[in-house]
Amino acid sequence: MANFDHDDAPPNSAATPPPASSDALGYDPNFVPDSVKSFVVHLYRHIREKNVYEIHQMYETSFQTLSERLFKDTPWPSVDAVAHYVDNDHVFCLLYREMWFRHLYARLSPTLKQRIDSWDNYCSLFQVVLHGVVNMQLPNQWLWDMVDEFVYQFQSFCQYRAKMKNKTEQEIALLTQFDQAWNVYGVLNFLQALVEKSMIVQILEQEKEGLEQFTSTDGYDYNGGSNVLKVLGYFSMVGLLRVHCLLGDYHTGLKCLQPIDISQQGVYTSVIGSHITTIYHYGFANLMLRRYVEAIREFNKILLYIYKTKQYHQKSPQYEQILKKNEQMYALLAICLSLCPQVKLVEETVNSQLREKYGEKMIRMQRYDDEAFAIYDELFSYACPKFITPSAPSFEEPLVNYNQDAYRLQLKLFLYEVKQQQLLSGVRTFLKVYSTISLGKLANYMEVDEPTLRTILMTYKHKTHAVDGDGKIISNADLDFYIDDDMIHVVESRPAKRYGDYFLRQIVKLEGVINDVDRIKLE
Amino acid sequence: MGREVVQPQQQQTVPYTVEQLVAVNPYNPDILPDLENYVNEQVSSQTYSLDANLCLLRLYQFEPERMSTQIVARILVKALMAMPAPDFSLCLFLIPERVQMEEQFKTLIVLSHYLETGRFRQFWDEAAKSRHIVEAVPGFEQAIQAYAIHVLSLTYQKVPRPVLAEAINIEGLSLDKFLEHQVANCGWILEKGHGRGQLIVLPRSEFNHPELKKNNADGIPFDHIARIFPILG
Repeated sequence: MANFDHDDAPPNSAATPPPASSDALGYDPNFVPDSVKSFVVHLYRHIREKNVYEIHQMYETSFQTLSERLFKDTPWPSVDAVAHYVDNDHVFCLLYREMWFRHLYARLSPTLKQRIDSWDNYCSLFQVVLHGVVNMQLPNQWLWDMVDEFVYQFQSFCQYRAKMKNKTEQEIALLTQFDQAWNVYGVLNFLQALVEKSMIVQILEQEKEGLEQFTSTDGYDYNGGSNVLKVLGYFSMVGLLRVHCLLGDYHTGLKCLQPIDISQQGVYTSVIGSHITTIYHYGFANLMLRRYVEAIREFNKILLYIYKTKQYHQKSPQYEQILKKNEQMYALLAICLSLCPQVKLVEETVNSQLREKYGEKMIRMQRYDDEAFAIYDELFSYACPKFITPSAPSFEEPLVNYNQDAYRLQLKLFLYEVKQQQLLSGVRTFLKVYSTISLGKLANYMEVDEPTLRTILMTYKHKTHAVDGDGKIISNADLDFYIDDDMIHVVESRPAKRYGDYFLRQIVKLEGVINDVDRIKLE
Repeated sequence: MGREVVQPQQQQTVPYTVEQLVAVNPYNPDILPDLENYVNEQVSSQTYSLDANLCLLRLYQFEPERMSTQIVARILVKALMAMPAPDFSLCLFLIPERVQMEEQFKTLIVLSHYLETGRFRQFWDEAAKSRHIVEAVPGFEQAIQAYAIHVLSLTYQKVPRPVLAEAINIEGLSLDKFLEHQVANCGWILEKGHGRGQLIVLPRSEFNHPELKKNNADGIPFDHIARIFPILG
């Protein structure tokens, strides 16, 4: 089994975060440097004035710059120390603390107490959004980060709690006392409540009929209203997809995402992090559901998009995370294409990147041996989500680590699937070179008896024909066949050459050239 | 006196169907007993709801101490019956490994493996050994036969009688009867094979007659042609 300890940390995570014993570093939570004072005062003002552009600048740039300059390995000043600069504004303080914890998680390692406090802060923040009247207008990037970080901290908490072996008595006491913190029901119900209360599903539905604007304004409200609940609700659907994938519930995850039409641009594509998270989990869930063609199609699109746009994100705090997910999705694409060789669906640039990264491994994955198996294991372990066990441990029994359990189960079941399919690449190789072949002859070539060959051919058919969301059978096969008595007839689906389009383009081009030539006046 | 009184009361106290209950409370531990009852109801009434069953497995995953392995086994048998859909795997993804180690689950996993890899002979042999698990769920045999016919129809235009017999586990006179019914109702045709007995012609589909596959790539949309109208004129 491959070593599974990849970090799935949010951007900027230091490789080895120093412990959060901040006193040693001379951290005074009450000391507010002038630049921080100016930061909170301005940010507060821009929020009150609903100046989304300025809020976005301060949030994306100033916060990062200040963190880099002043708080590289200490937390930001405590919320109490800055509150009086912002009229003790309740909501602003909640937002400030949310950023405060996010920075702490990214740069230091949070203590259990801090994890619990951060949970409380999310509860208060979401309660205000759900029940209070919030009239702010916040940048999509920020709202996405909130949902993203909320799910990340939940996942991080589950991983932390599952490492029971070296828990101190004090930690165990805290875990027992605050057993509601990061409780899986609480997490799911917050996300669900945001989806429901925001009416986002209905809004997207009405938008299709032209009765509502959401996508066209990127979710912003230009009529003096607030975008916060609506957009949080929207991103919560992506959050639910992610949580369900972490739990191994792929079917439900995809169901949560259904209101978003991912074949089109949408608010989810307006923030690169959200775009990648959505497609990564969507593709992964489809891979686990054996809908390889769907996964390949979406991975191909996003990988091409990242390839073309990544230069614009180089300075973004998300850059590292973008690159990492990019690599993981290439690994998932390699898996999909090895199980379902539909290379025609992959664009040239993506394909050459893929060959460069995994070309050699993909050749070995076609074989039926332990080494091929080991590569599937390696790629899956590298690229899968960081699965969690959502239930609390029993504190009475001997304390054991169970943080790898969920991952091991998903890996095992995935490899089981691979094993069921591993004879298929062999049969495909033979079918490729024949248009008709008798069962007896093929059985001979494959060194199996005829009844076994029949089962292999049926497995091929079953595994290449997935059931889609509506229960319809869809073919994932690049190479198809049928059997008539004991003769196999092979049908390779060749891509229909689109001469029509080609000629149309050439006709238009020629007309242009003739027009240009006509315009030239020979003196 | 019971019946007439109890019936309407039940109607009133259960204003929601279980499906609605799941839709409204996907993350509510209180609906667990309803979902368990619903599994039993699916078994007795030969109905099926993947969403409700996944919801229950999710609640078990959140609170393992409330898990009933008997209910889990029923869910898994129902999921097998839903093949070719991947429901069985979907359920396994949610069931802790240590639970899957139990004998009855190991058996079900083996059964699923045989179905996934088209090994119907082994499947029926194994199922015969585990009657207590599968016979508890009415309609099991028919559901698997339907799956076998599905895979055969993907694969064969004409299938030899013995291959069909093995896949659906019906032989001799019962098979004749079965075939008669299929010929009358499902468009099957019986043919004589070259000397070696019967061939069954299965209904045409785009999967066993790939030439029927709709080829969308062939046409050219009208607005593309319209673009060259000015030039042509």
